[in-house]
Amino acid sequence: MSVDVQLRFDREAITEFSKANQEPAWFLEKRLAGLKAAGELPLPALEKTKIDNWNFDQYEPFVTSARVSAATELDDVVKAQIDANAVKSLIVQKNASPVFHAAADELKSKGVIFTDLATALREHGELVQQYLLNVVAYDEHKLTALHTALVNGGVFLYVPKNVELDVPLQAVFEVAGDNALLCPHVLIVAEANSKVTYVDTYVSGEGRNMVANSIVEVYVGPGASVQVASVRSLSKDVHDYTFRRATVDRDGKMEWILGEMNDGNTVANNTTILKGTASSAATKTVSVGTGDQRQNLTSQVQHIGTHSESDMVSKAVMTGEATTILNGITKIEKGAEKANGEQAENILMLSEKARGDANPILLIDEDDVKAGHAASVGRVSEESIYYLMSRGIDREEAERLIILGFLEPVVAEIPIDEVKNRLRQALERKLG
Amino acid sequence: MTAVPHLQIKNLRAKIEDKEILKGLTLEIKGGEVHAIMGPNGTGKSTLASTLMGHPKYEVTEGEVILNGENLLEMEVDERARAGLFLAMQYPSEISGVTNSDFLRSAINARRGEGNEISLMKFIRELDKKMKTLEMDESFAHRYLNEGFSGGEKKRNEILQMMMLEPKICILDEIDSGLDIDALKVVANGVNEMRSPERGFLIITHYQRLLNYIKPDFVHVMMQGRIVKSGGPELAERLEAEGYDWIKEELGIVDETVNANV
Repeated sequence: MSVDVQLRFDREAITEFSKANQEPAWFLEKRLAGLKAAGELPLPALEKTKIDNWNFDQYEPFVTSARVSAATELDDVVKAQIDANAVKSLIVQKNASPVFHAAADELKSKGVIFTDLATALREHGELVQQYLLNVVAYDEHKLTALHTALVNGGVFLYVPKNVELDVPLQAVFEVAGDNALLCPHVLIVAEANSKVTYVDTYVSGEGRNMVANSIVEVYVGPGASVQVASVRSLSKDVHDYTFRRATVDRDGKMEWILGEMNDGNTVANNTTILKGTASSAATKTVSVGTGDQRQNLTSQVQHIGTHSESDMVSKAVMTGEATTILNGITKIEKGAEKANGEQAENILMLSEKARGDANPILLIDEDDVKAGHAASVGRVSEESIYYLMSRGIDREEAERLIILGFLEPVVAEIPIDEVKNRLRQALERKLG
Repeated sequence: MTAVPHLQIKNLRAKIEDKEILKGLTLEIKGGEVHAIMGPNGTGKSTLASTLMGHPKYEVTEGEVILNGENLLEMEVDERARAGLFLAMQYPSEISGVTNSDFLRSAINARRGEGNEISLMKFIRELDKKMKTLEMDESFAHRYLNEGFSGGEKKRNEILQMMMLEPKICILDEIDSGLDIDALKVVANGVNEMRSPERGFLIITHYQRLLNYIKPDFVHVMMQGRIVKSGGPELAERLEAEGYDWIKEELGIVDETVNANV
């Protein structure tokens, strides 16, 4: 099958966008290879979720916006995610344009690169080329291929050896306007013994029929420590696909904190490859299913290194007629001796019509390991409500406290206060 | 709010599923009084506590409970609490993700009503003071409500809540179970600090031991779902020394529940 003639983009449009951004030739080649593959590859196979009828290729990929000179001029939905008066290191992308960039002086003096992807391709092309699309391959399936063809922004974060950053770096991605596409590629490289926290949020403005298709790749060097927190609060008019993947070297640590707060259909896959000896991964996810949205959320860890450790916790609250499939996959490869993988998926059902599936999957090819899983699907306990009410709290408030409390252990981990507060607000909004 | 509280329980009957547990219990508690209810296991002591609080599993089939002229049985659980009733539970729930201090503030503010919320500074001051009395580590304020608490820690936490909420009628359901002697003294200390003419207590216990530290004004013996004997503190001492058999004999009770439902 060749590329569908109905698409609103083609080789010419892609080439034009690439040239306008002065991208290196190798990157344009990748894009065009992606475009070709997109026409040939199937959609990813997802547990219990069919996405054939979702929108994954009907959009205008390169809607541009003007840059703003101060954070206070950003769109309100963006400003809500930041402390606009005290911006240190922040990248904001709206549709296909980087609209704001600030980097703390500390970054430059320490040799840290924190820039939008287009700039990175121009100014640090060789470094980017070395890492880009190596952890996630462009031709894994139709969605990675489309992403590669249509990348319209993103972030490049490079932290040199032994550099530790205490203040989180932040990015906000906004999709807005009918048929807009948000297609960022986030590439994080943390060299040996470095330490960094990156926080991003995905928001949407007015508009219908929007799509987000993002890839996050993280390289955690030996002894390095990377924390990525991501909160997605896209409207029901956005179909969102995201593939996040980290590869972790010896003694490296990768931590993910994910708030899946979209109102629309969502596919999110979060994978950590524990390559090195004694590498470790922690993944914490919260989600609230509302309305009639469909979500397929997968947390996955692949153990290759010996003594590697992982811990995955996913919590979802289901309301309305929403469906959420919560997959946890712990894969321990032959040779990963003394590996230890734990996972837990907990779903709280608030509606008879909602559907929540917790699927713990353990795939173990090595004998000398520890692995465990715990999954539960339940309702708010009457005994707990009684206890809170016995202290004078009314039923509605008691339920609210219990539901928010169910998610709080993950929410509390979000490293930027504005983002944490927004996530709490998103929870309150979704839980009505 | 200086009115002396008055709780009247009249001929209360209650059942769980289809089993009648309370079989016509009558008791009156006024501000300034400490009543102790003792009795063998399985005679309905905890059922009385849960029924007064309004636990959904218990159904009242007959009788009245009046608190300061208001019909308690027509109120929801939270309304009973706001009317001044407090139950220190034998098995408090663990609530993940809700910190002790956030929970306490919500509870205090629920009682005070909108527009009259307690100031954060005042709240912290009160909480610090009361946690000191109960010899609780500061970290308890920020831990999730009862989650991972030991039995003794849960009991202290119940008393902490009682001290913060300043109820009119306090029911303590086997607050001494699972406490060592030092913890028992600390808990008793907290309770004694709260004794006042504006507050009444109903202390449910299995053992006389607790009553060495919280001196009751009245002691009642409960058997077969009703109060069968009442007296002063000397009654508790006699029960400790001689057990319950003499009462059964005196009243001609063949009490199956004592041995059957321990």
